[in-house]
Amino acid sequence: MADPTKSKIDEPTGTPTMGHEWDGIEELDTPLPRWWLWTFYACILFSLGYVIAYPAWPLIEGYTKGALGWSSRGDLAREMATQAAKVAPIHRAIAATPIDQLPARPALMQAAVDGGRAAFKVHCVQCHGSGAAGSKGYPNLNDDDWLWGGDLATIEKTIVDGIRNPDHAATRLSIMPAFGRDQLLQAAQVDDVVAHVRTISGQQKGDAASQRGAQLFADNCAVCHGPAGKGNRQLGAPNLTDGIWLYGGDGDSLHQTVWNSRQGVMPRWGDRLDAATVRMLAAYVHSLGGGEAVPMTVVDNVAREASDARP
Amino acid sequence: MTTAPLSLYEKRKGVYPKAVDGFYRRLKWAVMAVTLAIYWITPWLRWDRGPYAPDQAVLIDLAHRRFYMFAIEIWPHEFYYVAGLLVMAGVGLFLVTSAVGRAWCGYACPQTVWTDLYQHVERWMDGDRNAQIRLDKARWSVAKLARRLAKWSVWLVIAFGTGGAWIFYFADAPTLQHQFWTGTAASVAYATVAILTATTFILGGFMREQVCIYMCPWPRIQTAMLDEKSLVVTYKHWRGEQRGSLKKTQAAPTEFGDCIDCDQCVAVCPTGIDIRQGPQIGCITCALCIDACDKVMGQVGRPRGLIDYCTEDDANAEKAGRAPRPVIRSLLHVRTLVYLTLWSAVGAAMLFALGTRTRMDISAQQDRNPIAMRLSDGTIRNAFTVKLRNMESRPRPMRVTVEGLAGVSLWTDRDGRADARTAIDTIVPPDSVAKLRLFLAAPAHGPLRQDFAFTVRATDREGGTDREPAHFERLQ
Repeated sequence: MADPTKSKIDEPTGTPTMGHEWDGIEELDTPLPRWWLWTFYACILFSLGYVIAYPAWPLIEGYTKGALGWSSRGDLAREMATQAAKVAPIHRAIAATPIDQLPARPALMQAAVDGGRAAFKVHCVQCHGSGAAGSKGYPNLNDDDWLWGGDLATIEKTIVDGIRNPDHAATRLSIMPAFGRDQLLQAAQVDDVVAHVRTISGQQKGDAASQRGAQLFADNCAVCHGPAGKGNRQLGAPNLTDGIWLYGGDGDSLHQTVWNSRQGVMPRWGDRLDAATVRMLAAYVHSLGGGEAVPMTVVDNVAREASDARP
Repeated sequence: MTTAPLSLYEKRKGVYPKAVDGFYRRLKWAVMAVTLAIYWITPWLRWDRGPYAPDQAVLIDLAHRRFYMFAIEIWPHEFYYVAGLLVMAGVGLFLVTSAVGRAWCGYACPQTVWTDLYQHVERWMDGDRNAQIRLDKARWSVAKLARRLAKWSVWLVIAFGTGGAWIFYFADAPTLQHQFWTGTAASVAYATVAILTATTFILGGFMREQVCIYMCPWPRIQTAMLDEKSLVVTYKHWRGEQRGSLKKTQAAPTEFGDCIDCDQCVAVCPTGIDIRQGPQIGCITCALCIDACDKVMGQVGRPRGLIDYCTEDDANAEKAGRAPRPVIRSLLHVRTLVYLTLWSAVGAAMLFALGTRTRMDISAQQDRNPIAMRLSDGTIRNAFTVKLRNMESRPRPMRVTVEGLAGVSLWTDRDGRADARTAIDTIVPPDSVAKLRLFLAAPAHGPLRQDFAFTVRATDREGGTDREPAHFERLQ
């Protein structure tokens, strides 16, 4: 505060000083403009109104809620409801459109892909990974290799009915025998079959073992995987001649697979998600780059049989 | 020396500027007319940009993130043009200050222009300075209240016109005007008008010179920027002092200077200062005191220019009896030329950049998850989100190709690998960014990380190309 005993008039400005100084620097005692005081009072009034209207005081348990009852959670709930109301007609339209007719409506298809991307992050990433790239035992959904088929309708059915749900009649079901564990083949025979599989997939050159394996393959494996090992989507039998291996294509992994069999399980989402969400998920998975245009099971089999017939 | 204790707060001293006529007053009228006309008319100017862009000449389209200014259209990624305009505005203020002092404050600042307008309304309704002082001091009565309400109403109408015009810069003016009056405009439009009406009313009607003295940082900055070569409004005390009334000076002409102490310079000052105390922060150099003093000097038969625009150097020269430098010399001193060069350089650089900027653009973002994956035939696939920007207001056909990646095939998420090809053709809608999801498949043998580039070429008559470097990643 000003010390009136030391205050003096500053020559150039004619204003009194505060009466204190630091190294010869003094402070002018310029009065504040009156309107500044009014804005200060206005701020006090505003803060009173704010404290009454909005959440303000912390209490021991909770806080004062304010007369308006505003809360940021309430804002969020309102925004979520608005958004839900906004997308509801789109969801209804997706649910009402059979999935094979979705591509004919590009805007709806795009909406489905976008919605599927969001739903995928919630329901699917736990196994298939956030980029849908899968991992050992969990299929990569970006590639063009499909166990049961990669067209929209087939993907949708796979999602709805799941894979290997024993309590569900419509589920995708393929049971490969555990050839070693169940003593259908000896260990050496399993090695021979593996050698054959690695030969037809181009990973090694044919030798005596693979030749022995070829006969074992024809006797034990061809019924599902086809005589040339190109698989069968109706049975969910993987193509053994391509570059993609769900459980690994090296000798050890293949030995494990033939010895013990592999029985991956996917839940059936038809029971858990509504029709629109499942459809959007199918559209999203289809859009990842490996989606097929038409159901190829039938065409595929005809083509495969033709190629198998060749020597 | 001690003084009586001061009050902590000081009431505003009333300022009742008297009407004045003269060269600078007329200049101020002209500047006011031009600036207000620019402000009110600009949003209503039309500019034909074809069917795909708005036809408002100046439009800040925040919703669609476009800024239109006559032939120039600025996208958000070109915000550096706005930064450049701000730099030019900043350097421009320095330039003006260096050449003609606080001319911005005195003539073109909105606070000055609207205060001047409000003061004119005040003189028109309440009478000139003396009538205003009388009315202010009078007791509150029905008559006084009626006059006050009338004046405030006119101020409010002007304030509403001011606040109302602002919103037209941000949307199509005729449409928004219709929406505004029919109550269908966005609530932010009404809020903006309400806030700007209130600030215009308060700042122009009541705060006035206090904005310049207490609120605005610019006078403080100006104080640091003025030097002995700056034009300021100067009371030539060596000529005016010893001041005395006309009667006294006529009685003893040798004892007195030219100033007859008529206080006209104080009476006309819109910020209520006495220029005879020398340059001060309250002086916005509006030069109305020059007009007032010149008129008085004419009436008493003495040369004009007792108060005049004058640099300190010239004042010293005149004091010492030397001839003042020509005006052109004081305008073109080194600092002014440096600012002028800087300002022009920024402007020329912006014009050059605007004239040569590309109107199409490609950018590519690689999928990071998964970054690379194997396809059933053993080839490796990478996926990219490619954005094609078309800044023209017409649709353009464009072709995307890949260079520097042998054996590559491309397809999009709209078709399958069955349609894989070496170039993707698409039509980018006018004035927008098209997003393509591209899949690239290339042989598995090759470097783990291979440089290549996306190129885009407009396949219409005007043509144009752009290039975006990228990497193709393979699996170990």
